[in-house]
Amino acid sequence: MNLAEALGGAALMLKSVAFWMFRSKFEAKETVKQAVKIGVDSFTVVALTSFFTGMVLALQMGHSMKNLFNEPMYIGTMVAFSMLKELGPVLTSIVVAGRAGAVVTAEIGTMQVTEQIDALYTLGTNPTRYLLVPRYIAFMITLPLLTVFADFIGVLGGCIVGMVKLGVPTSVYYDDIFTYLEVGDFLHGFLKTYFFAFMIATVSCYKGLNTKGGAEGVGKSTTEAVVVSMVLVMVLDYFISALLVAVGI
Amino acid sequence: MIEIRNLVKNFPDRKVLDGISAEIKDGELFSVIGPSGTGKSTFIKCLIRLIKPEGGQIIVDGQDIASTSSEFTLAKVRRSFGYLFQEGALFDSLTVLENVAFGLKYLTDTPKSDYPRIVKEKLALVGLKDVEHLKPAELSVGMKKRVSLARSIAAEPKYMLYDEPTTGLDPVTTGMVKDLITGMHEKLGITTVVVTHDLNLALEISSRVAMLTGGKFAEVGEPAKFRRSENAAVKEFMEISHLSRE
Repeated sequence: MNLAEALGGAALMLKSVAFWMFRSKFEAKETVKQAVKIGVDSFTVVALTSFFTGMVLALQMGHSMKNLFNEPMYIGTMVAFSMLKELGPVLTSIVVAGRAGAVVTAEIGTMQVTEQIDALYTLGTNPTRYLLVPRYIAFMITLPLLTVFADFIGVLGGCIVGMVKLGVPTSVYYDDIFTYLEVGDFLHGFLKTYFFAFMIATVSCYKGLNTKGGAEGVGKSTTEAVVVSMVLVMVLDYFISALLVAVGI
Repeated sequence: MIEIRNLVKNFPDRKVLDGISAEIKDGELFSVIGPSGTGKSTFIKCLIRLIKPEGGQIIVDGQDIASTSSEFTLAKVRRSFGYLFQEGALFDSLTVLENVAFGLKYLTDTPKSDYPRIVKEKLALVGLKDVEHLKPAELSVGMKKRVSLARSIAAEPKYMLYDEPTTGLDPVTTGMVKDLITGMHEKLGITTVVVTHDLNLALEISSRVAMLTGGKFAEVGEPAKFRRSENAAVKEFMEISHLSRE
């Protein structure tokens, strides 16, 4: 499948998602089920990733600041800035793309190769309505929420290392954060997650729907979906960040 | 009634359906036979527009669905169809009860409280009971086919399409599926289209049999007439299937 074909196919799928998003009855049960699969089931991995990222950030920055100024200065500010603006959203998106994105592609792909997608048509419902819309909504709700948790957990990890390894009191750590951090810094990272969520949902669903060739095809689609999503998270991160900086967020 | 006029479907490497025409009358049991890879599944999927043909007409109760791109028109026409997929195509994540009730939810206005009763009735019709709570992975191949059939008939379709209903089944289950097809056809009066490579099955159950080869119907006729056909493709297929011409 060439790039033009893939982009055209994805555009048609998005048109169908937009159509069914507002024209059909809300599939509440399926949406909640997907939100649990995508959000709740990814929480542990996201929490561990962000906790250790916060810890290592504090450790590295603390030692660098010690070398430069003889004091582990501004650890809270630097950890919080890094987590909220970049690492929280990006790492969470990568974890969700690798975990939940893979699940979505494998599930839809298996349904495709076993004719379950065709069965949906024959049973009076459209696959976009029944499968895609709930997954889009679930990604758009859970990824930003997971990112908020990741931000807090990362900052907490940094705080623990600052306190235990660098001797920075908790009050100083949080004072640093609240003195220099603004709501805009949080929004910068938070808003990016909506773009990431939309992209991961699109790639995962599209790859799943275009699966061909049995179990081997499902494996191939799943790998492609994860790789494409992860690369696009990085690419989008730069462009969305540049856009947000340009509009002053 | 389903009228097929000059139906054409191409795949990148070959012409699968090359101007097929047929009329499937109400109450008829029409079978399409042919070796694997001749386009039988493509044909039956075109009938319900799971595959869009390149040319021709498929007129279902006066409505041509071959070229329409309206999702609502297609959904409306598809409501009159039940479809038994080759592998059953049961939804893995749902229980038998949820699978069979699926069509009731999306195709009918049946109150939710009636689902368990109707599901039980439909499962009984295909010879199953007390399996409502099971997931498809816990069922045998034959049971999956039967649950799939119960799901297809739950919304009481006017037309029933069977895609290779006996493929991969042992002789006992094949006999059972054959009885189910004829039973559904007789008990519920459903107009039925079966595509199969099992010529024996087709000749036993059908009102008319069509032989699909080279993208065209080489022969269409009642089983007795079909057996005596002088068409080379039919004669060869009869021989391969070890069936006598009488």
